Amino acid sequence: MKKTEIRKRPRRLNEWVIEKLLFASAIVSVFTTLAILAVLLFEAVGFFQVVSITEFFTATRWTPLLEPKHFGILPLVWGTVLTTITALCVAVPIGLGSAIFLSEYAPERLRRIVKPILEILAGVPTVVYGYFALTFVTPFLQSTLFPQMIVFNALSAGLVMGIMIIPMIASLSEDAMLSVPQSFREGAYALGAHKHEVAIRIVVPSALSGIVASFILAISRAFGETMIVSIAGGSTPKLTLNLLESIQTMTAYITQVSLGETPYGSIEYRTIFSVGLTLFLMTLVVNLVGQWVAKHYWKRY
Amino acid sequence: MVNNIKIKVQGLNVWFGDNHVLKNISIGIKPNAVTAVMGPSGCGKTTFIRAINRLNELIEGSRTSGEIFIDGENIYSKETNIFELRRRVGMVFQKPNPFPKSVIDNVAFGPRIHGVGNEEELQKTAERSLRESALWDEVHDRLKDSAMDLSGGQQQRLVIARALAVNPEIILLDEPCSALDPAATAKIEALMRKLAEKYTVIIVTHNMQQAARVSDFTVFLYLGELIEYGTTKSVFENPKSKLTEKYITGEFG
Amino acid sequence: MSTKTTSNKKYTVRKVKGGALLALCLTGLIISLVSLAILLFDAFMDGLPWLDLQFITSFPHYLPEQSGILAALWGSIWVVGLTAILSFPLGVGAALYLEEYAPKNWFTSFIRLNIANLAGVPSILYGILGLGLLAEALALGRTILVGALTMTLLILPLIIIASQEAIRSVPRADREGAYALGATKWQVTQGIVLPQAFPGMLTGTILALSRAIGEAAPMIAIAGLLFISRIPTGPLDSFTVMPIQIFNWVNQPKAEFQGLAAAGIIVLLVVLLAMNSIAIFIRNRYQKRAR
Repeated sequence: MKKTEIRKRPRRLNEWVIEKLLFASAIVSVFTTLAILAVLLFEAVGFFQVVSITEFFTATRWTPLLEPKHFGILPLVWGTVLTTITALCVAVPIGLGSAIFLSEYAPERLRRIVKPILEILAGVPTVVYGYFALTFVTPFLQSTLFPQMIVFNALSAGLVMGIMIIPMIASLSEDAMLSVPQSFREGAYALGAHKHEVAIRIVVPSALSGIVASFILAISRAFGETMIVSIAGGSTPKLTLNLLESIQTMTAYITQVSLGETPYGSIEYRTIFSVGLTLFLMTLVVNLVGQWVAKHYWKRY
Repeated sequence: MVNNIKIKVQGLNVWFGDNHVLKNISIGIKPNAVTAVMGPSGCGKTTFIRAINRLNELIEGSRTSGEIFIDGENIYSKETNIFELRRRVGMVFQKPNPFPKSVIDNVAFGPRIHGVGNEEELQKTAERSLRESALWDEVHDRLKDSAMDLSGGQQQRLVIARALAVNPEIILLDEPCSALDPAATAKIEALMRKLAEKYTVIIVTHNMQQAARVSDFTVFLYLGELIEYGTTKSVFENPKSKLTEKYITGEFG
Repeated sequence: MSTKTTSNKKYTVRKVKGGALLALCLTGLIISLVSLAILLFDAFMDGLPWLDLQFITSFPHYLPEQSGILAALWGSIWVVGLTAILSFPLGVGAALYLEEYAPKNWFTSFIRLNIANLAGVPSILYGILGLGLLAEALALGRTILVGALTMTLLILPLIIIASQEAIRSVPRADREGAYALGATKWQVTQGIVLPQAFPGMLTGTILALSRAIGEAAPMIAIAGLLFISRIPTGPLDSFTVMPIQIFNWVNQPKAEFQGLAAAGIIVLLVVLLAMNSIAIFIRNRYQKRAR
């Protein structure tokens, strides 16, 4: 009896210590979120003491590195949005189409070969995509469709970004479609439906929450994309609908300033954080919307 | 009782890969009657009825030989419109499988894909089908609600209405009551007898009492072979084959 | 009503619609595969002429013929190596806590929410975190250590999520058998769960690290475009990594530097291929062993 009692005590202390250590690992994530917010807010507060919030969010020119200085973030936000929309125009039809093909038409053997290849698209570093956009896509488009296009432009960046996010939409949509129960398909076939009718009228609507979730994820990814737009998109913030012109996204701006010799504590340095904060909030909103949409659709049926 | 044959099965063989599931079945199913298909697990009952609407072909590796004539036309001929066939032959599955859509969209799905676009016509068809499947009184005020909110028995009747909405001639039911409680089962059984007045009904069942209650004719399959076929009365009271007798008395199954 | 195909006009229309959909979807898939092929082919064609032993063993130089990727290669190795050492225990520990120890309360849900959110934060914001907090505020400077710490925070959610899945795939029955013998929670975790989940955790970590090695944005924020011409000797050295070097070369106006960038891309892709192959090898080898 006595022997087991003695052995219990060090065991309990060990267990307690270990649990606390593991807990500490887990709250690193909480620390990270708080730290990002803190860093952004701290410097952004300093920024907004010099630049009014109204000017920041409503003015339409962004020239913090030139004289006279303007601090309207709308051109940067628009650059981000424009390239994202372009990317989605590429990625959504191709991604969804690929997903439908792989889930409803392709035989199992073909799926097993093609799916990993699509994953490779997702694993290519974005700096490689940037290189591709600048040295292949832009010259190609210039020599064929758009001779008046400038070297740095929104179209090339948007297109290549779209290619980059195809696997995100394809993979997640395909998973959503595959998890639709076979009994739904059989019920539709038994009524005399063709394969494409089963796919479009039964499978896609049933998998909609997963498919929409993949779109939201893609948007979020496109907002935060940095290398492609820095290399191929340009560094001239402007509010334009012309995809053939050069623009600048929030992420490209942050990169530009980080690479320059901006003195610590100056207003130019602080723009990194105010733009960063805006980016953070935009991505946060998109992610929250995504989660809400997923819950809302999932509840419906 | 009319003496003509609605479905003539001739030399039907089905393989799944190397597995010879149905062996040389030849049988004539009569119209406006309920025919029960019985046998121990694995005897090929489900494969048999799925051969009538060619749903076996959805399974990779399946192979069918032989012929099935519906009203004299071979449905396995090269010119057969398989989608039209499946409209004429409705199917109800073991586990109710309504689509994750509203009640009315479930019933209207069949007519819609077969070309009916007029909303008024769809509404009328839906009401007719839901009345025929004895579900209208329970759902008429919640047609836009999700079909997934209905009880199991209601879902199964919804699936029947869905099949009726495309004006079939034959209705196949694969153990339709196995997932339902006794009250719901009784409703479906009464419905089947009523449907037989207008359609040709074939039901796969494990439950011998159900077969005795509901069917006019009984087919007994064992290990993919047709062992016995006749009126339910004669099969149960006077089985010709020793195997049938053993199954009925519960010696195996 | 006849079931012959010839008699039904609606049938033909539907059949045509079906064919059109199939064609569209297949086209989509082909476009993605072809884009990947062109991308890789283009990089290889441009870079191969510049890829030689001298390229791998030289430092960057203002003359493209004498420029090489050595400093960036070593910088990447240092950063990713340090990141691996930091992120693996943290990630595995967090996953173990969430799956085996965490009580079901709001705080635990909050932690899970955080991890899910962090996975979606743009990587450049991690760079800002590293720059603002570690490099400047804590005065650790623009060093390898800061780079590794930043990268650790970036890939931590990925490792945690992958490890959680590995832990979940350990059958409940195994744990219960150990508990029934009188084992403590840590003994069960250490003796039953960890050994079985380890390959999955390792695979997930290697895949996360292969993400890390290709990340440019956060590293640019910290390291900038410094002209590094020596191999790092310790975590407190300034550094550059392969993606930054590639980025640097791409932005040069002279055409030769594009070729250097492409050569750098080839090196980077080869390293990535090696890492991913190792991860897949581990996954396959241990999946086969599963009962």
